Amino acid sequence: MSGIVVYGAYVPRLRLNRAAAVEANAWFNAGLKGLAKGERSMCNWDEDSLTMAVEAARDCLGGTVPDDLKTLAFASTSMPFEDRQNAGILATALNLSEDVVTGDVSSTQRSGTSGLISALKTASLEGGSSLFVAADKRRTKSGSTHELLFGDGAAALLLGSENVIAEFVGSHQLAVDFVDHYRGANEEFDYNWEERWIRDEGYFKIVPRALEGLFKEVDVTPEQIDHFVMPSVMGPVPKRIAKMAGIKVEAVRGNLHAEMGESGTAHALVMLVDLLQEAKPGETILVVGWGQGVDALVFRTTDALAKLSPREGVKGHLARRREETNYNKFLAFNKLVTKEHGLRGELDRQTALTSLYRNKDMITAFLGGECSKCGTVQYPKSNVCVNPNCREFHTQEDHPFADTKATIMNWTADNLTYSMDPPSHFGIVTFAEGGRLLADMTDVDQGTLSVGMTMRMVFRVKEHDDQRGFTKYFWKAAPEHKAA
Amino acid sequence: MASGIKDKVAILGMGCSKFGERWDKNADDLIVEGFQEAIADAGIERDQIDAAWFATAIEEVHVGKSGVPLAEALGLDYIPVTRVENYCASGTEAFRGAVYAVASGAADIALAAGVEKLKDTGYGGLPQRGRGTLNNMFWANSSAPGNFALLASAYQEKHGIRAKDVKNAMAQISVKSHANGAKNPKAHLQKEINMEKVLNAPMIADPIGLFDCCGVSDGSACAIVTTPEIAKSMGKKDLVSVKSLQLAVSNGTEQSHNSWDGSYFMTTRKAAARAYKEAGIDNPRDEISMFECHDCFSITELVTMEDLYLSEEGEAWKDVLDGFYNADGQIPCQIDGGLKCFGHPIGASGLRMLYEMYTQLQGRADKRQLDNPRIGLTHNLGGAPHRNVASISIVGKYDG
Repeated sequence: MSGIVVYGAYVPRLRLNRAAAVEANAWFNAGLKGLAKGERSMCNWDEDSLTMAVEAARDCLGGTVPDDLKTLAFASTSMPFEDRQNAGILATALNLSEDVVTGDVSSTQRSGTSGLISALKTASLEGGSSLFVAADKRRTKSGSTHELLFGDGAAALLLGSENVIAEFVGSHQLAVDFVDHYRGANEEFDYNWEERWIRDEGYFKIVPRALEGLFKEVDVTPEQIDHFVMPSVMGPVPKRIAKMAGIKVEAVRGNLHAEMGESGTAHALVMLVDLLQEAKPGETILVVGWGQGVDALVFRTTDALAKLSPREGVKGHLARRREETNYNKFLAFNKLVTKEHGLRGELDRQTALTSLYRNKDMITAFLGGECSKCGTVQYPKSNVCVNPNCREFHTQEDHPFADTKATIMNWTADNLTYSMDPPSHFGIVTFAEGGRLLADMTDVDQGTLSVGMTMRMVFRVKEHDDQRGFTKYFWKAAPEHKAA
Repeated sequence: MASGIKDKVAILGMGCSKFGERWDKNADDLIVEGFQEAIADAGIERDQIDAAWFATAIEEVHVGKSGVPLAEALGLDYIPVTRVENYCASGTEAFRGAVYAVASGAADIALAAGVEKLKDTGYGGLPQRGRGTLNNMFWANSSAPGNFALLASAYQEKHGIRAKDVKNAMAQISVKSHANGAKNPKAHLQKEINMEKVLNAPMIADPIGLFDCCGVSDGSACAIVTTPEIAKSMGKKDLVSVKSLQLAVSNGTEQSHNSWDGSYFMTTRKAAARAYKEAGIDNPRDEISMFECHDCFSITELVTMEDLYLSEEGEAWKDVLDGFYNADGQIPCQIDGGLKCFGHPIGASGLRMLYEMYTQLQGRADKRQLDNPRIGLTHNLGGAPHRNVASISIVGKYDG
């Protein structure tokens, strides 16, 4: 039996208040008023699909990478690089072995579910564990309905054949070049066709065909489906499809529209993780992914589900929210408006790729050193141990810092330095096992930092090199936000 | 054990340009302005200089690299000119080079000159610049005031001092420097301010406000040094000699080892201890007549008073509020206005500090002249609290 072993998810803490966004755009598009309820998740300026993927994967792995991990796949339609394997950056940030086979899955909103089916089949055939991560942060035009309907988020699933919490029962896939929207190469935004056509000619005709095929292949009947997971920005569509397919209407899962919006190719998995956080053993789950065709997957939860140690998942991340009512900030974070950053923002941000490669363990995987002579732990590694009483040459062994709690030694809020979200918070954090870093701090609510506060290290965008289209990543310290 | 530098070298002459926003001057104009004062003061000809050391830190915004800009600006006769850079302590590095050259006998007369032309960037504060390919990938996104602001939270935490008391002491430091600067015609900022103005100024990097920051200025300064014997043979009287020159440089401990608590400068403490030993000073609080410290930000000055062993640990804020460091206090500090008001053209700053000590020891400080000072100390710092260079120079009346 193979299937899902552990789940994880990530939803950015910031939630744009839809009413605030509607109010800012009402002069322009009065039709948005009907969407002025709830909130959509929004990335901080230093978050993107890759950083969310790292967080979802960390939530899933819980600090331990399985010894038998064979593959890592990353699905997104908003990857930071078109030609640099994004899963490779994810693997390095997670400090995975070079022997793990990595790959990106993209080009459709269905890549999350299609990639998951492939990963499940591969895991089933080859044994071992497989990590599948999906994330999306889709940029939308200001004043559009999608700006309000979309949200940012990520989900991660560890797949395998031992301690399975949700058995993979089977799947069926249809490829139909039905273009409800598209994003051309080098285009910033989606181009969309009429919703009524998408609903009537698309969803209502294509999805039922896929489900018909599915139920022929799997030993499950529509009535046996306990939970029907199908993202759609058109709220009533999944219920109508359930009826058409003979699935109980009560089985239809909510699409998290009120809490976060639709997180693109990650959303089917985000909804699945949300469900697994409350599902009971022995339940049958149907997941449908949509995008130029359909993916339909069936899972059945097992007794192991009840024994899984808790993850933050979707529910935990949804609970640690901070409302953002400043629509202008949303525009700035998504580079939908040009802010005056002043002459200080003009500094050349080129990355020396030679240096990045030499130091990728330090920068991307956040590895420091531990002295084999005196045991002192330090960041970064150096040729000489930094313990003033040791100072031995060449004694440094790898020491990971990513999952170590950090404590603020000092801090400031800097209004002078160039920042996408001033003031820039930073300070020295010390690590529980030794070592320290003068670290950028992120997700900080102004006025809440204090010496001695516990922080968690997170993988974030360090800088955007807009001149060259390069995104730099590094680790930052973030407060351990609780549910709010 | 090295015998040290004490009384081996005397200052023959010094010069300092007007500091400030010198919109109408290039770097070479500023160099010439300081140099002509120094050479007139020394009473020598330009070609009597055997060797020169030239300090400039952020050369990419003005003169570029090497010793050539100094040789060109002064028309030096193909003598050795070495360009030095050690962050904001570069000026003192030029002085060290010239002093050591004379002490070694390699030169009879040596020149130390420093210049910085910072006001060609188009904005206030220090120029933004790259920090190295690897450093750019992991150093925090910080400004200079941000880096130094970190001292405050650590200092408060360590000594259990209320933020308000530290902020008040910081403000008093700036009020005092402005009062001193108002009496200095060469100073960038010559206006007195009050506590209210400092405390209500816009926040730059918590808790550093606008008036906790030094001026970013254009300017130059220079020193001509020789041996006391040569100076006397030239008829010079009331000689000022070098008593000690020390420099301590961070080695990664503050940045990476948890033994440093972020509330003080390890480098300053080490350099100060060595400097007092070299100068034969046992009790600095009683023996130092006056000093210029590297008051890039008021919080730097506050902790430095303790790092120089002039105030007890955790007590400097009280000394400041008691007026101990005022012009009429026991150890006047920044009597020329300091970096705060005289200004901070980086390569010139260490030499500017020495210029004031020299001028005071010679009794030529006009409206700000102190009563019979004997020993002056300069503290020239560069970098950030967790990674820096600190140099201490002590000069005093020559008794030989």
